[in-house]
Amino acid sequence: MGFLDISNVTKSYGNIEVLHHVDIAVDEGEFLVLVGPSGCGKSTLLNMIAGLEDITSGGISIKGRVMNGVHPSKRNIAMVFQSYALYPNMTVGQNMTFGLEMHGVAKPERDKALADVAKLLQIEQLLDRKPGQLSGGQRQRVAMGRALVREPDVFLFDEPLSNLDAKLRVDMRTEIKKLHEKLKTTIVYVTHDQIEAMTLSTRIAVMNDGYVQQLGTPKEIYDTPSNLFVATFMGSPAMNILPAKVSMIEGVPHAEITNGAGQTASLRFSQANMADWAGKEVLLGIRPEALTDPEGADRKSRNIVTLQNAVDVIEPAGADTFVTTTLGDVAVIARMRADSDVASGQMFDFAVNMEKAVVFNPKTEKRIAP
Amino acid sequence: MANYASGADFRTKLQGWIPKLVLSPSIAMMLVFVYGFIIYTVYLSFTNSKMLPKYDLIGIDNYVRLWGLSTWWTAVTNLAIFASLYIIICTVIGLTLAILLDQKIRGEGMLRPIYLYPMALSFIVTGTAWKWFLDPGIGLENTMHLWGWESFEFNWIKDRNMAIYTIVIAAVWQTSGFVMAMFLAGLRGIDNEILKAAQIDGASNWQLYRRIVIPMLRPAFLSAFVILAHLAVKSYDLVIALTGGGPGRATELPATFMYSYTFTRNQMGTGAASAVIMLMTIAAIMMPYLYAELKEKP
Amino acid sequence: MAAATQDTAVSSGKITRVFIYLVLLLSALFYLLPFFVMVVNSLKPLDEITGGNMMALPQTWTIEPWLKAWSTAQIGVEATGLKPYFLNSILMVVPAVVISTGLGALNGYVLTKWRFRGDTILFGLLLFSCFIPFQIVLIPMATILGKIGLAGSIPGLVLVHVVYGVGFTTLYYRNYYASFPNELVRAAMIDGAGFFRIFWRIMLPVSGPITVVSVIWQFTNVWNDFLFGASFGGQTQPMTVALNNLVQSSTGVKEYNVHFAGAILAALPTLLVYIVAGRYFVRGLMAGSVKG
Repeated sequence: MGFLDISNVTKSYGNIEVLHHVDIAVDEGEFLVLVGPSGCGKSTLLNMIAGLEDITSGGISIKGRVMNGVHPSKRNIAMVFQSYALYPNMTVGQNMTFGLEMHGVAKPERDKALADVAKLLQIEQLLDRKPGQLSGGQRQRVAMGRALVREPDVFLFDEPLSNLDAKLRVDMRTEIKKLHEKLKTTIVYVTHDQIEAMTLSTRIAVMNDGYVQQLGTPKEIYDTPSNLFVATFMGSPAMNILPAKVSMIEGVPHAEITNGAGQTASLRFSQANMADWAGKEVLLGIRPEALTDPEGADRKSRNIVTLQNAVDVIEPAGADTFVTTTLGDVAVIARMRADSDVASGQMFDFAVNMEKAVVFNPKTEKRIAP
Repeated sequence: MANYASGADFRTKLQGWIPKLVLSPSIAMMLVFVYGFIIYTVYLSFTNSKMLPKYDLIGIDNYVRLWGLSTWWTAVTNLAIFASLYIIICTVIGLTLAILLDQKIRGEGMLRPIYLYPMALSFIVTGTAWKWFLDPGIGLENTMHLWGWESFEFNWIKDRNMAIYTIVIAAVWQTSGFVMAMFLAGLRGIDNEILKAAQIDGASNWQLYRRIVIPMLRPAFLSAFVILAHLAVKSYDLVIALTGGGPGRATELPATFMYSYTFTRNQMGTGAASAVIMLMTIAAIMMPYLYAELKEKP
Repeated sequence: MAAATQDTAVSSGKITRVFIYLVLLLSALFYLLPFFVMVVNSLKPLDEITGGNMMALPQTWTIEPWLKAWSTAQIGVEATGLKPYFLNSILMVVPAVVISTGLGALNGYVLTKWRFRGDTILFGLLLFSCFIPFQIVLIPMATILGKIGLAGSIPGLVLVHVVYGVGFTTLYYRNYYASFPNELVRAAMIDGAGFFRIFWRIMLPVSGPITVVSVIWQFTNVWNDFLFGASFGGQTQPMTVALNNLVQSSTGVKEYNVHFAGAILAALPTLLVYIVAGRYFVRGLMAGSVKG
């Protein structure tokens, strides 16, 4: 049993079930990110942990105490909201200590807690200001401060960075990560941004359509996505998915794909179990970084296949150059070194790292290999 | 495994009830004093109540009688004339003033409150002022005569056929500024980039307003219509103060008809029937509007 | 290049502009004239009105009509002036405004932040009740007020105005609180504040603007009401009814100057409110058009 236990939780509005049998056990000190597109149920799940929405069936417990029907303020949790939800009529200091005041904590203790947290977040000079006088980043800090002062068992974050501009978002992301590493608190964090999910979490729950599609460490999610949805949702640019046919050449399974010129190319699989699929159609998933120029290919890989194909578009992005080409009748994106010698319209040698390839069943969309 | 079947704790349950408890006095008042009373009046309209309520049903006699009364027909005709002129003139004046005020006018801050202040007055005050202003003996007509325009004649308020129009004038004076404010708010809400785009497309000022701006004011038109229409049906004070329903019964409206039939002529059943018809008129105007309004914001 | 302005992008020629200003100024005259005439003539002796020009300024300035309207004019059967009625109106307006605004604030809070199944229908019913022709409730209201012993009394009028004003105040607060983020209420809940504490500590402190609107709206509406005052006022008639009695009285010489002074006295409180807080007054009127 975890520190925070979500077991078989379902949520329905009327007859419509929006969250289906969610099971997640979070250990103490874990940073769990719930990620998925809007409407996937991630915020509903977070609100159920907070007690802001009823649990239709199943149960949630924190530290072994069942939380179903317990008032939000009695769960010893704290929440950071997307809009920060700072009380506009109170000063920063009052905002941060309001929860303690409501819980009947005496003034001297409140001031002590406030001073500690303000120091930690470096917002001591803001304590007498009103939220309206703060910048976005400062409000974000105050919102976190308000959560920290409570010293809760679990921190809940509801898309806390999505109202910040791009640069500030990256800074705050790092700061949240540092804070977590320092304080070792248990965090459940909701976002739609897969980069946030990858960088912050110790574990990720990828959600879609009210189901947890996959629960695992960032590496597991990235390298071995359990289905097509997870594969394409996590990672940017998204994983290339191309139709392929499995054929046996000299007893070794190969993926047969058509290149841009309509000819068939064979790529050797590293995964032995692909022999079971001989003669069948599969979907081949190749991340952009596994499709690159030969000089930039992963030297540790034992299975690099080079194939010549026409370059459609190149998009230099500074650190990398993204190259679009057509394989298996779909546009695929390759990630190359910034100074690769590539030009649009030309033929080019693409290096495919087949060790990193992921294969899916086209019918069930589940992962077959690795 | 833990048993999750436990219900909500006491505090959470209480929190669920408090909002409804807080709302309940208003809801109770509304159900009794508005909807209960409506049902009661509807019931009375089917009874033979005279000075005091009676509870024996007599069918639709009151409605038959009502529609046979020439006074009622006068009231209904007057309402039709008054309401249509009032709505149209207020809208035209309001829209015109709003468009003109929206031309970067110096002194807009001065003019706007001048157009609007009559709305703060009671209809009784408006009626008192206009009654006298329109009185041929001492008002406008007299002034024109004193200024040397001997043939000037303006005695509508004493004229059975024209008196209803004096009510329109006073009512327009009172409300058109408010309609102006509504349209002005609508105009200020239009994205300037759309206007710039239309100008780049080569629209003249006239075309700009006719083809782009006025169609975009649709919500303001709708609001203005609903407000004015319901004010027109409810108009009572102004008639009392300005003409007292006269000369004769020439400016009787359903609102004054209901009052005099119920309380001075002791024909409560007929009065109730007229009130029901007024309510139905308002409901026909308001229902679609309210429905759309509440549906938009679920 | 002209400096960039944020208002309309429409430009017009010089002649057009002269014409526009002309129309606007004439309109201003139209709106000002009746009130101007009232003020001017309330400061004239009676013979100057009946024998002279209403547009002319007084030859002999006098405040006699004002004093008479206030304290000695014949209202109905007694020569009390408008003073007692003015007091009636004040005694009626203050509690009516306070109670209906308070209820409206709580209702708006519940209807936006503590929503429950069917709340939209309840609100719709409440909203419709703002627009009903009050003739439909006159008969039963008269009966009920008689039965509970409030007929012809200030508390009776207060009750009536609260009942039929609560729809509007609820509308104001509901629309205002609707734009107030729900997350704040949720944050306060997690912080441990309950229903009333959230209202007092979080909602009310930011409700200043809408409270001004609601108070002004209710004040003008209740003060200017005639129908309820005439129907249920009995011996405690409000100012509007008294003014009407003064103006319509058929006995004796028509003292126009006194009538005008009385009319201005009746209009003074609402005009004052309008001058001091006109901005909010407009906002209230706009909200009355059910535009959130």
